[in-house]
Amino acid sequence: MVYLTRKAEFSASHYYHNPDFTPEENRRIFGKCNNPHGHGHNYTLEVTVKGEVDPRSGFVVDLKQLKEVMHREVLDAMDHRFLNKEVPEFVAQIPTTENLAIAIWQRLETKLQQAKLHRIRVYETPDLFVDFYGEA
Amino acid sequence: MKAYLTRRYLFSASHRLHSDAMSDEENRATYGKCNNPHGHGHNYRLEVTVSGPVDDRTGMVCNLVDLDGFVEREVLSRYDLENLNMLQEFAKNVPTTENLCVEIFEILQRGFHQAHLERVRIEETMMNAFEYSGTAELRK
Repeated sequence: MVYLTRKAEFSASHYYHNPDFTPEENRRIFGKCNNPHGHGHNYTLEVTVKGEVDPRSGFVVDLKQLKEVMHREVLDAMDHRFLNKEVPEFVAQIPTTENLAIAIWQRLETKLQQAKLHRIRVYETPDLFVDFYGEA
Repeated sequence: MKAYLTRRYLFSASHRLHSDAMSDEENRATYGKCNNPHGHGHNYRLEVTVSGPVDDRTGMVCNLVDLDGFVEREVLSRYDLENLNMLQEFAKNVPTTENLCVEIFEILQRGFHQAHLERVRIEETMMNAFEYSGTAELRK
């Protein structure tokens, strides 16, 4: 089994707010991230796939295809967007880095040919990242 | 859905690698320049990984404010700008980054209960890093 990781960057804004919480609870739990006008990050996405190396091509995955899928499913939808307002998953769900990693996994999982998705890593800043392996 | 959250922190400290169980000559042979009697320092990069189900109401594995507060209070304030050899846990234990990893893991395991502790990783320099996950297998 060989693992291959492809990186991408995107920039987006978000804010954290749960309509079921009172305004005080929202401020206490989410702090500055509760500012309704949002704030932004330069996210770094790492997509790791795994598989056997194809003896004819020497590839685990066709990188061109992986890159296209990442662009179409993730970057086109999220780059330079306000996640809460423009990405359907985050209309009802808070766009934390945890939920972002899960949403990206769900967008990519069924779209990959050949290789299997192993891990989604999303860096919100260089000092904070979330890993998701598709675990329930 | 189970997710893994990793937070990075920075602290600076000095240490000297010297084992009382070895002769001076053995210490020099084993630790080389790190055995220099006056010690030397590093900018350590600490990574703490915790895991757990993502809370439906908050979208979080745990509140970062809690993790940051705990690490600041129990780890960074203990080690930042200190000489590790002067600390009680390294009175008999050589303050290698391996042992530092284990110490920090145990501090977190004892006191941080808002999420499951997965792993402590420390970069001593850009060229070497150490990881400890207690009795569990390291998740890659």
